[in-house]
Amino acid sequence: MSEPHAIVLSVNGRAVDAKVEPRRLLADFLRRDLNLTGTHIGCEHGVCGACTVLVDGRPARSCLMFAVQADGCEVVTVEGLAGEDGRLSPLQQAFREHHALQCGFCTPGVLISLTSLLGASPDPDEAVIRDVVSGHICRCTGYQAMIDAARAVAGRGVPGRS
Amino acid sequence: MKPAPFAYHRPTSLSEATVLLARLGEAKLLAGGQSLVPMLNMRFLGPDHLIDISRIEELAFQKLTDEALHIGAMTRQADLLASPLVRRHCPLLAEALVHVGHQQTRSRGTIGGSLCHLDPAAEIPLVALALDAVLTVVGANGERQVPMSEWPAGYMTPELAPDEILSAIHMPNVQPDEGHAFIEFARRRGDFAIVAVAAVLRIGPGGRIRSAAIALGGMGGTAFRLRDAEHGLIGALPQSGEIRRAARAVVQTDVSDDAYYTGAYRRHLGEVLVERALLRAAERASGGGRHV
Repeated sequence: MSEPHAIVLSVNGRAVDAKVEPRRLLADFLRRDLNLTGTHIGCEHGVCGACTVLVDGRPARSCLMFAVQADGCEVVTVEGLAGEDGRLSPLQQAFREHHALQCGFCTPGVLISLTSLLGASPDPDEAVIRDVVSGHICRCTGYQAMIDAARAVAGRGVPGRS
Repeated sequence: MKPAPFAYHRPTSLSEATVLLARLGEAKLLAGGQSLVPMLNMRFLGPDHLIDISRIEELAFQKLTDEALHIGAMTRQADLLASPLVRRHCPLLAEALVHVGHQQTRSRGTIGGSLCHLDPAAEIPLVALALDAVLTVVGANGERQVPMSEWPAGYMTPELAPDEILSAIHMPNVQPDEGHAFIEFARRRGDFAIVAVAAVLRIGPGGRIRSAAIALGGMGGTAFRLRDAEHGLIGALPQSGEIRRAARAVVQTDVSDDAYYTGAYRRHLGEVLVERALLRAAERASGGGRHV
């Protein structure tokens, strides 16, 4: 009854053809089938935000989506943020400069959410940045440095994605 | 954890979805998935079939008429939050939506999904209850309208037959003499509310209250209205004494202790939030009622 479905999607700009069991979570599809292990899995019920990816330009929990639902969609993971040559995006660079990561577990999700915010509104105020970061749990309690990094990029007129 | 196996169906029209639902038996509808998928991951649910209604275009719309803002059940919460129509004609919903999960879940979460999941602390059902919204449900035998007051049949159980689909929500348009307020208290942003309150007041030409609606969520198995207190406010001036008396009605409600909070704590919180919400609604009603 749960036969695999053929899906076609774009992941970080590359076309992907695959067959997936319906219950395959998008997060597991990215990590196990595509070997894109930058997307982390924390709580598996949509609360922690570690697995956040962009689906058709919007941040979404990849643990709350089945891969089959991403059929025809454009998915961007943390691996898609840096340039082809490996150069960090301005937001990633700012994270580095502001020490905005400690253990790094939550970082991929936070980068995705903030990249989406900075793409939609290049100069968000701190309240908006805090609201977006509130959708992520950082157990190192490093929120302030993430907000500082986002503030540093905001207003420069450069998108978060290189 | 990972969900148990299921078969996946993706109809592209509402009629196709109703036929599938009637035929498949042990099936669940998948809309935005922000409440259903956690339950599947934790294996609280293990349906044989999932019917993904997210690509049914006729279920995602916002349409304004003279009476109401009509919203398709598959409309994403993020789209409603960004909607000028919602901000202007249903400002109570706009005010409540910022409390619904996080930006990262509102991108996929839908208005209809929240109404069908019917968590007792959820914001969208509370708004629908305070506004006397009407819901359209569609089944193999046609469609019917359900007033929001009759929608909760019990704890997380809507008045919806297994072969029916919620297709649209009709929110009455804000009136010029109306003021609203949505206030909730949670320990962290995006958490379920410990208590949430939606209030709507209409104030007549003499400055007296013409109608009142007070809805409370997080207090027991279903959201409810404080009907007696609402009646008590009609004809009164929206002053702090009258409003405090109305808010006292929360003390009489029946809320039991749970693993996190005592009933007494929730009643106290409810009373404080009802008072604040009524004061804010009254202030906005006198100011023209068109504020978010």
